[in-house]
Amino acid sequence: METAIPTRMGDGSIARMTRSELRADIEDGVAQAVRRAKVEPLAADEQEHLLDIYASPARFVGVDLGDEVVLSCDGTGMKTHATRAQDMQSYEQWMGADLLELCPGDYSLKVIRTILPYEAQCLHDALLATIAPMQYGIMPNLGLYAKDDGPCENWSTLLPEGRIAEARAASEQAAEMAVSDAVRMADAMWEAGADAIDFDTTGASGDPEFWATLRVTEIIRRKYPEMGVQLGMAGEFVLGMHGELEYDGKRLAGMWPRQQLEVVQKAGATMYGPVVNVNTGRSCAWNMARALTLVKPCMEIAEIPVHMNVGMGVGAVPMFVHPPGDAACRAAKACVDILRLDGL
Amino acid sequence: MGGIRAGGDLVARMQMTRGMRLKEAKEYVAGKLGVTPFDLSDPAVMTEVRSELGFGRIHSYAISQPAQANLIEAKFNIGRVLDIRINCVEKFKERAGLQ
Repeated sequence: METAIPTRMGDGSIARMTRSELRADIEDGVAQAVRRAKVEPLAADEQEHLLDIYASPARFVGVDLGDEVVLSCDGTGMKTHATRAQDMQSYEQWMGADLLELCPGDYSLKVIRTILPYEAQCLHDALLATIAPMQYGIMPNLGLYAKDDGPCENWSTLLPEGRIAEARAASEQAAEMAVSDAVRMADAMWEAGADAIDFDTTGASGDPEFWATLRVTEIIRRKYPEMGVQLGMAGEFVLGMHGELEYDGKRLAGMWPRQQLEVVQKAGATMYGPVVNVNTGRSCAWNMARALTLVKPCMEIAEIPVHMNVGMGVGAVPMFVHPPGDAACRAAKACVDILRLDGL
Repeated sequence: MGGIRAGGDLVARMQMTRGMRLKEAKEYVAGKLGVTPFDLSDPAVMTEVRSELGFGRIHSYAISQPAQANLIEAKFNIGRVLDIRINCVEKFKERAGLQ
């Protein structure tokens, strides 16, 4: 009789599974990704290595010495400990963060319109008191530009009413506003001394949001050739809230990570963060097998660093407010060992 | 990679602002510092390298190094050794009348 190994479900709860059960989950996770995204399956040796990682009874696993990758992060300046600037010093001095990020508490682009000088001043002062590279981070969060939160008609209420043209026009109007706001933000942060801008959870409002962010990235690259742009996604698949928007002649709706990376690179970003959301009802091994299979095609065409999002609810890290360390370290090792990512 | 405990911030900087992939970024930084890419994640090696080059390092009251470069001073040295322009350093020079 096979021994049951403690492992985790996507919601963070402990599950006890045999090596055969874990193998079956990995094979199914790979198959689901292949079927949905029309990508190649992980190779047999990659699936075997993934099985070894998730079948390990160790509390903690890690990459081999010399295989360490850069850890990028959002929200290092979030008043976790003290002021936001002091928080970034804590992350640098105590936690050994490779890079730092200042961000507003709400984390939405639209919210910083009226506090932009204050935000830029905070970044300016923090840059004088830190060493690691520092970015300013926000979510494009296009939804805040729609009624009742914003001035544009709400495409999410227009669509169920069958008012397709109006919904599309509203999302395009919101995208134009977001582009304008984001360029103003980049201008202010560059003048304050920022190393980069981080667009986090891009595409949460679907293809209009991805479209706006790609256009902003292009403008930043043209205006500030040495400014970094990290473009992280909200999900593995770009939702078609508009459906007809294109970038570089390519339809954005329905893009999977490889196609996303193609347009992100074309726009001029310096880092790309693919996201695969967690299915809380399946094991972490299943989720990781699916995630790796979806993201692997990126690595074949990557010209810029790929930092896969591996945190609460994405990249096979449980959707739980305090992700268990055993699950997080397995996800990190699997990504680095099998995908040869540039960072996490 | 351990941030300023080792050389993670230096590799991250080349990724973030120059779009270098990991292998390229590690090789670039290691070449400029005269170490191996393997060394960049090793605090035992990098603490000494950072001290020699004035790159800033972990400070607490027990390991204070007030005569060494730190914070914005360290970024002047990082920019010079890595042969890159660092935005806030350039702004500092401009605003402090150093150029």
